[in-house]
Amino acid sequence: MTAVVPPAPYRVAGARAETGDTRSIELLPTGRELPPFSPGQFAMIYAFGVGAAPISVSALRGPHGGLVHTVRAVGAVSTALYGLRPGDGVGLSGPYGTGWDLEAAAGHDVLVVAGGIGLAPLRPVVHEVLDRPAGYGRPAVLIGTRTPADLVYRDEVESWCARARVEVTVDRPGPGWRGSVGVVTTLLDRLDLRPDRTCALVCGPEVMMRHTARDLVARGLAPHRIQVSLERNMHCATGHCGHCQLGPLLLCRDGPVVGYDRVADLLLVREL
Amino acid sequence: MSADAEVNGSPPPVPEGLVMGKDGMAVLVDVLIRRGFTVVGPTVRDGAIVLARLLSADELPYGWGVELEAGRYRLRERTDGAAFANAAGPQSWKSFLHPARVREWSADRVEGEVVFTAEPADPPRYAFLGVRPCDLRAIAVQDRVLTGGTYRDPGYEGRRFGTLLIVVECTEPGATCFCVSMGTGPAAGPGYDLVLTEVVDVHGHRFWVRSGSEEGAEILAELPARPADPDTRETARAGVTAAADRMGRTMPEADLRELMAGTLDAPRWDDVAGRCLTCGNCTMVCPTCFCTTTEDVTDLTGDHAERWRLWDSCFDLDFSHLHGGPVRASTRSRYRQWMTHKLGTWYDQFGSSGCVGCGRCIVWCPVGIDITEEAAALHDWTRSGAPAPETEGE
Repeated sequence: MTAVVPPAPYRVAGARAETGDTRSIELLPTGRELPPFSPGQFAMIYAFGVGAAPISVSALRGPHGGLVHTVRAVGAVSTALYGLRPGDGVGLSGPYGTGWDLEAAAGHDVLVVAGGIGLAPLRPVVHEVLDRPAGYGRPAVLIGTRTPADLVYRDEVESWCARARVEVTVDRPGPGWRGSVGVVTTLLDRLDLRPDRTCALVCGPEVMMRHTARDLVARGLAPHRIQVSLERNMHCATGHCGHCQLGPLLLCRDGPVVGYDRVADLLLVREL
Repeated sequence: MSADAEVNGSPPPVPEGLVMGKDGMAVLVDVLIRRGFTVVGPTVRDGAIVLARLLSADELPYGWGVELEAGRYRLRERTDGAAFANAAGPQSWKSFLHPARVREWSADRVEGEVVFTAEPADPPRYAFLGVRPCDLRAIAVQDRVLTGGTYRDPGYEGRRFGTLLIVVECTEPGATCFCVSMGTGPAAGPGYDLVLTEVVDVHGHRFWVRSGSEEGAEILAELPARPADPDTRETARAGVTAAADRMGRTMPEADLRELMAGTLDAPRWDDVAGRCLTCGNCTMVCPTCFCTTTEDVTDLTGDHAERWRLWDSCFDLDFSHLHGGPVRASTRSRYRQWMTHKLGTWYDQFGSSGCVGCGRCIVWCPVGIDITEEAAALHDWTRSGAPAPETEGE
């Protein structure tokens, strides 16, 4: 057997608008089923005839029992995925990459810091931590978005408030916004952070992750207690296409989730 | 050098090898074809020594040498009639094992469902004739990249698995060669089925042949060859030893991995960026560069789609594209990515250097950028001009 294995056929079981350019799609297998995903891992989702893109799983089990991915329409493939309707077929391969290291977070205060759609790969972590509160310390979720309209999973985020410290800040407030304004790192000041007992999981634009990690280190968190989920161009997810390099790392294989201690220096090199 | 190959085949072991003439080479190609191999080897075409399918040993580049320099490749007639007295041409074996364009699968939309069809895998059984020791190492490097990790490239594996490797040791290095610096030649390392050393002197034109596998020994037993005489063996060994002293280029005496990791901010990258055209030639001719992109296409009906995989180059602006733009927009960052990957981070990713010292990137660079010269400049910078590393705790 020497043929390249094609993606597994999946069907869109449900689609839900999250923001003006972002939708969540729930996928169920129509044939071969992929092995289970862990929070932080990603799939390559193939839009028929257009191409495939790496998308992190945003819920391990949706309302129909399928895998949920949240897609923002920014390129050809993601726009095609955004446009999918229930019943449409896609190709799915995975799970790929490292997930969030929840074993390292066990027993710790779990600090989730998300920028924009960076909340998507972190959502399964929030589910896990809130579903099994005995396994972790105090949960906190800090979210920064550009505008109030860019907040994904709005209803769900509100439902988290009862069980976790949840703070949302926006760069540009709109009419009616009564919450915080400013970058997400400003929310760190409001936390009663216990640096020696905290594990931070961070996902968002690279500059946001760099600043968040740097500020957390300045507040006494050890770099290896900070996990970041990095993004690079990716074509294969199997370590063969070469596109996802960040210095010594192949992010499809060594990432997307990596300890900040491994990448702090790399993220400081421009255009690496 | 490791001239005496180990023989583990069933035919009587011949550690001292056999010697055969040009007639033996003709029989070798015939035997390979008769055994069902698609024979690929060097031949003269379009003003260069290319790798192509051979139907007869007559097509080998007997009497042709090459003149190599940075940005320059010329054929040169030789008076000795040697077939393999020429250093690397524009192609490498990756053109066959990791082809530039491969259809990976196809998909059809049938009543709303997407049905995927795997590409039938029926690769030819290749016999590569005339693999240089540097290129033998390059094949081993690509083996590790494409089949050594969690995910194996099944297409590569299928093509590579049945391939017979007939190495010819190097006795005529080019002015751009530096296999000695990279520890890959001019003598053959492990991994071949047969190894040949070409000798042309007053006693005639002949090949000293040893086998490195059972199949190699079986093939060797079919050739019109006689036990190798001490004189042929000595002359062959001396030719390879002399080649080691005639490298046209050398890498600086430094730990290249550390050198690359420690010079990411060196001003030399701006200097080379002033010359580099980001054409990607170096990545196309490099025998280990493996990067690919995907191309998804549909036919006119829109219901039939295909996934193709194509060679890609880290010099292409699109290579690092993310929403918001490329990660590596400047020429500086793209040349730096290529060179630091090749000589440095390849170790972290795949456990070895990505450079085998074949010199192709130097020859085929349209502006003559020389990786050994760039490495030397970085090395000089660390020894003289580089800002001192920050000391901890001060």
